[in-house]
Amino acid sequence: MVQAQPPMSEPLLTLNAMHTHIGQFHILQGVDMVVPRGGVSALLGRNGAGKTTTLRTIMGLWPASQGSIRFDGKEIGKLTTPAIAQSGIAYVPESMAIFSALTVKENLYLAAREGEMDSARLEWIFGFFPALKKFWNYPAGNLSGGQKQMVAIARAIVEPRKLLLIDEPTKGLAPAIVHNLIAAFRELKTTDTTILLVEQNFSFVSALADHVAVMDDGRIVHAGAMRDLAEDQKLQQRLLGLSLDSHQ
Amino acid sequence: MHPSATTATPVKPAAPDALPQVPHDIAPLLLVPLLALLMLPLVGSLPIWITLTVAGLAMGMMIFIMASGLTLIFGLMGVLNFGHGAFVSVGAFTATLVFLPLRGWLEVDSLLLNLGVLGLAILLAMLVTGILGWAFERIIIQPVYGQHLKQILITTGGMIVAEQLINVIWGAEQIPLPLPASFRGAFLLGDAAIEKYRLIAVIVGLTVFAVMFLVLNRTKIGLLIRAGVENREMVEALGYRIRRLFVLVFAAGSALAGLGGVMWGLYKETLTAAMGGETMVMIFIVIIIGGLGSVGGCFIGSLLMALVVNYAGFLAPKLALVSNILLMITVLLWRPAGLYPVAQH
Repeated sequence: MVQAQPPMSEPLLTLNAMHTHIGQFHILQGVDMVVPRGGVSALLGRNGAGKTTTLRTIMGLWPASQGSIRFDGKEIGKLTTPAIAQSGIAYVPESMAIFSALTVKENLYLAAREGEMDSARLEWIFGFFPALKKFWNYPAGNLSGGQKQMVAIARAIVEPRKLLLIDEPTKGLAPAIVHNLIAAFRELKTTDTTILLVEQNFSFVSALADHVAVMDDGRIVHAGAMRDLAEDQKLQQRLLGLSLDSHQ
Repeated sequence: MHPSATTATPVKPAAPDALPQVPHDIAPLLLVPLLALLMLPLVGSLPIWITLTVAGLAMGMMIFIMASGLTLIFGLMGVLNFGHGAFVSVGAFTATLVFLPLRGWLEVDSLLLNLGVLGLAILLAMLVTGILGWAFERIIIQPVYGQHLKQILITTGGMIVAEQLINVIWGAEQIPLPLPASFRGAFLLGDAAIEKYRLIAVIVGLTVFAVMFLVLNRTKIGLLIRAGVENREMVEALGYRIRRLFVLVFAAGSALAGLGGVMWGLYKETLTAAMGGETMVMIFIVIIIGGLGSVGGCFIGSLLMALVVNYAGFLAPKLALVSNILLMITVLLWRPAGLYPVAQH
């Protein structure tokens, strides 16, 4: 049976009036957001705006209490987390959530749901994360923060995925490592994988993102091209509270 | 290079060079031999020390068999199963369905025949407790995921019901379970007497540990269990249905408790419906000492506790009853999360 493919013009991910409650707290209050196919989309906002909750709700880790989540032409709002992951979404949480008792190899092997890891793809990953090759049989828990982040990202891309959700990948990392990550994400942008990046580091985001959405109090308050936001310091000041030149 | 046009082949990356040493936490591994050696001068007699040590190791192996499943059950899903002891009792009583009809074969002094009957009894006990475990998880545990207080109440209730069902089926009287003929008696090692059954218990315990070690470290299911114990949410985010895995672990853990019940019943040579419930204190102590979710920690904790109880029983009988609690307090003062904590609940 031939299955109808969504038209390529259709966004990869569409959140429509998405609400999320955590206990008695109403965190997401009608999020409307579109992630186009390809490239990097960034989700910005101050602490507590609801960025992480948005990613966790997309992954089904916290259920949406209302609204719809369409991914690649299908509604995924009611699916379980494993089913959402199997539909082609990979998630790198803020905590990285690497399995510290497992080796780097085992961490990546678990993410290779097809069974064996693709050697050429691994070599491609080692190209921008060479430390992973060096520490291949090393317990991931013994790595540095930057190396753990590399494991977490490599785990998400060890097999091709349609959408990569990454939560604050630069948090707590040294500038040199952040520079390394920018290069890695630029390489990733050349593939078919779309990236939705949650970040506080404006310089990092502006170096990578094509599209941007800004959240505040559980809602999207701005969406558009990254270039427009990067060039408009007054808009940055209004939306993000960034002082002029603070990220120059 | 774009990776899309590649084919899947196994990967063997180059050998790493000049890696920093992985810090191995070997201190807990030394506890058992250190304790045994420290006790030698206190016991004062080598034959008695050998007898006490082998008895302690045998008892520890049986506790490990009973407890190992529970530590994974807690580690993987954070389920507090106070009904685990029911599977110990059910396992032991199920074994009587083989032992009693084949009583004649057990009286024949043939190691092969006795081992065959024991193997059959263990197989049946593990099958029954495994199936019961699966049903227990579906019916009792599933509605109370994430609710610890309800888990404690409902699983304790489940154990009480199981004990009463055993009384209904097998009667309320104790059932004697004599050892098979070739398991009775002892080997003499110089002046030290080592009971044959205790050696069998040590062999069975080591075999269970080795199999668990291999499954956990050499198979994908084992890898998933280890990862799930550490962070089950991330395992789900990688696309694996951890609840299915948990049902498997629950059934396997229950089957291990059933196996432990058979071994424990033969060790005590008497069966009561409450025997499983009575082991729960020991089981909880060893999984707390070992570190929740850690099979290796559970193994060391079981051996430690059994040795301490045995040595204390000989050296200071009045202390024997509280020795396991004292051991737990001492270990937790040293390592508050247990010897090898894994679970993050």
